[in-house]
Amino acid sequence: MTEPLLEAHGIGKRFPGVRALHRVDLHVAPGEVLGLVGENGAGKSTLMKILAGIERPDEGELRWRGESTPIESPRAASSLGIALIHQELNLADNLDVAGNLYLGREPRRFGLLDRQRLEADARRVLTRIGVPFGPGTPITELSVGQRQLVEIARALAADAQVLIMDEPTSSLSTNESERLFEVIRELSNRGVSIVYISHRLGEVIDLADRVTVLRDGERVAELVGDEIERGRMIHCMVGRELDSFYASRPHALGQVALEVEELRTEAHPQHAVSFTVRAGERVGLAGLVGAGRSEVLRALFGIDAPRSGSVRVTGRELSLGKPRNAIAAGLALVPEDRQGQGLILTANLRDNIGLASLARRSRLGFVRRPLEDALARRQQTSLRIKAPGPDQLAGNLSGGNQQKVVVAKWLALEPRVLLLDEPTRGVDVGAKHEIYEMISRLAENGVAILFVSSEMEEILGLADRVLVMHEGRLTGELGREELAESAVLQLATGGQEAATR
Amino acid sequence: MKKILGILGLLLVICFVTALNSDSFMKPGNISNLASRTGLYGILGIGVAFVIITGGIDLSVGSIVGLTGTMLPWLLVKKGWSLTSVLGLIALVSVCIGLLHGLLVTRLKLQPFLVTLCGLLIYRGAARYLTDDLNQGFGTGHTELRELTTGPMGSMSSLLTVVGAVLTMWLLARWLRTRTGPFMAGGLRAVSRSWIATLRGLRSRAGFVAGLKRCPAWLQSRALLVGLVSSTLVLVVGGVTWLTGRTLLAEVPVPMPFWVLVALALVSGLLLNETVFGRHLLATGRNEQAARFSGVRTGLIITVAYVLCAVLAGLGGVLFTLDANGVQPSQLGQFYELYAIAAAVLGGCSLRGGEGSILGIVIGTAVLRLLYNAFNLLGIPYSVEYAVMGTVILLGVLADEVIRRIVAKRRRASG
Repeated sequence: MTEPLLEAHGIGKRFPGVRALHRVDLHVAPGEVLGLVGENGAGKSTLMKILAGIERPDEGELRWRGESTPIESPRAASSLGIALIHQELNLADNLDVAGNLYLGREPRRFGLLDRQRLEADARRVLTRIGVPFGPGTPITELSVGQRQLVEIARALAADAQVLIMDEPTSSLSTNESERLFEVIRELSNRGVSIVYISHRLGEVIDLADRVTVLRDGERVAELVGDEIERGRMIHCMVGRELDSFYASRPHALGQVALEVEELRTEAHPQHAVSFTVRAGERVGLAGLVGAGRSEVLRALFGIDAPRSGSVRVTGRELSLGKPRNAIAAGLALVPEDRQGQGLILTANLRDNIGLASLARRSRLGFVRRPLEDALARRQQTSLRIKAPGPDQLAGNLSGGNQQKVVVAKWLALEPRVLLLDEPTRGVDVGAKHEIYEMISRLAENGVAILFVSSEMEEILGLADRVLVMHEGRLTGELGREELAESAVLQLATGGQEAATR
Repeated sequence: MKKILGILGLLLVICFVTALNSDSFMKPGNISNLASRTGLYGILGIGVAFVIITGGIDLSVGSIVGLTGTMLPWLLVKKGWSLTSVLGLIALVSVCIGLLHGLLVTRLKLQPFLVTLCGLLIYRGAARYLTDDLNQGFGTGHTELRELTTGPMGSMSSLLTVVGAVLTMWLLARWLRTRTGPFMAGGLRAVSRSWIATLRGLRSRAGFVAGLKRCPAWLQSRALLVGLVSSTLVLVVGGVTWLTGRTLLAEVPVPMPFWVLVALALVSGLLLNETVFGRHLLATGRNEQAARFSGVRTGLIITVAYVLCAVLAGLGGVLFTLDANGVQPSQLGQFYELYAIAAAVLGGCSLRGGEGSILGIVIGTAVLRLLYNAFNLLGIPYSVEYAVMGTVILLGVLADEVIRRIVAKRRRASG
């Protein structure tokens, strides 16, 4: 075994109210592909940011080629040869490929841009990873997958020896992903180390020589060779078996609670969406980012007025375009952006929990404080919100507890239909389990659940039925027995719609 | 809470310094005059605070004062309208101005700064054009009407008694529902226990904690306890001086505008803190999007805030004119929007929205008026007035920010 290129020892990092990392060890050898997996909130991103110099660790040590080296800034990281390729791409749209590859490090002659050398250098790097486009191509003409390759080329142009890739395939088509994997394998053969972070365990199994599993900010497992296997990874990630984790209990379904007919949103006006959700049913809305799932939820709840379409809640026509009407009809939305849309961070628990139901707890326009206080305390106990009391500011809570506050606000109104957009994003594993429990309990009590999720495990584990969207269209519907990752992925990428019919 | 104590401290320091250096400061006439000024400007401050809480700003306050203040003598004296129709028209104009601002901001998403800046120019121009830029006044007529602002009513003692009694009853009634036993006995017990806790707290922290434990369950919050102790203190001081008729407090007559301000402050405080509207207003100011996602009609709430602001500015205009007896359409109300905004910021409103207390605004206005008064009495040249006022406000805001950061840092270190 060769000497590790980059090592991290006993890394710890705290944020207000959260322990993001606790004594985490990690190392990468030259030419090695290290898979890094863990649930959202397990600390993967924080760890990567520390390696790339964006965050500083509170404790622990970083070593480069065996020597203790603090990485104090992104600049320091890149001069060592560490490059982080973000989930969201960071390319300048107004420049061409070559301009992006050498952005900030342009070759100069007499203080002026040396265009010829720039092109020549760029061409050399691009041939190295074998791409079908030249250095003069404008970024806007490239597909998302090709842009991803430009990002990699940029890292190579900076002479990177460790490439950290955060969810690189989250918005790629199958072909583009295949091309990316080829490039990764080739780079690894040439001695470039790769840290590969992904929720798509299949990719990790294919690519990784070794896998590090994080859970709740701690390294819980290190898998090599045959140990790299789906069930094992999930077990390490969630700390328990999948079925009990998602709290799935079969129960009888009721009448149709939500009926959506020919709904056209502003984002995808050319496609109409129709579906129903029955009382007590948990329906998952799957698809890639940008498939139009959130837009459907927003339109149902009246945040954005749709182009056309009709919605019935328990048989009654809902007038769209105003959240108040949706709330009155029995709808509730736990939005995607918890901190911006779900909560008032500078207000306390009592105000946040009471906000949507104030009118019910008032007389002649005056708030009845004792009722408000009682509600906050009741919700805090029943949802197990970890906070000293109702006076605690929402901004001081951890992600999971914040999400519980948002849910608590809506449960105070006893909704018939609960819409959730990415309900467990940025939530630690423990709280995640509690949120699943809560969703299942509500379903058992006859609440219709419609949730959007980008996490395959969540879709597979929690939903009774899955609707899949691709570019604004409903491409398919899968019942519990047909549910499989491959089937969902195929529909989500727009492939073989007919196959499931 | 801390902000209010800070600004109250500033108020007392300025009082102290001025009183030491000038004999006329503590004369009943001066204090009464100061109260009258505070009343007039405070009305505008409370109005603009509603808008600032939504995260907006209203720069047109001074021009609305100018417009309504000019309309009153012009229509009444020059045009010979009846008092009811003049006041009705003024109310209507104020409401329409507020509605216009609110709808432009919420429907067309124009920036509040721009909308009300245009308002500032338009209403001033309208006032000057309507009256041909001529001075307007009541002359010797309408003396009963002018009594509304010039006439005193009762003494400072009686005012304190009334305010203390109202606040005490309010605090007690707020938790009436959770009371055990008869109201009077429960109330008296709560008051006495809170006093014991506070007095013991003056000696040692442990004493306060022990005293707090013996208070009834609903009084276990420090803010409530301090509120109850200070409101009963005000009640007792006011009552005793009133009954004995001694001390300065009993001698100082309270001018009408101050009564108006006190009543307005009580109503506004109630509106902001105890009603659904007030909660929705604060929520909208703190995070408009989250409020909307919770079903709050944010557009309506913001529009109402602009209407309240314009109506209070309209009321202010009427009172200012009555107080002065005559107006120059080009002068009345100039810069008043800035005084109002400054008072609100001094009193703890954040221009980012979502924060503000009515008591703070009243005290903030008093500080500004006090500074002005001190210039007069201490013979500081007027030319430097704005510079000093600006500096004081800047220092106040800076101190607040510094304290906020220190508190945040300490909390992070301990948390």
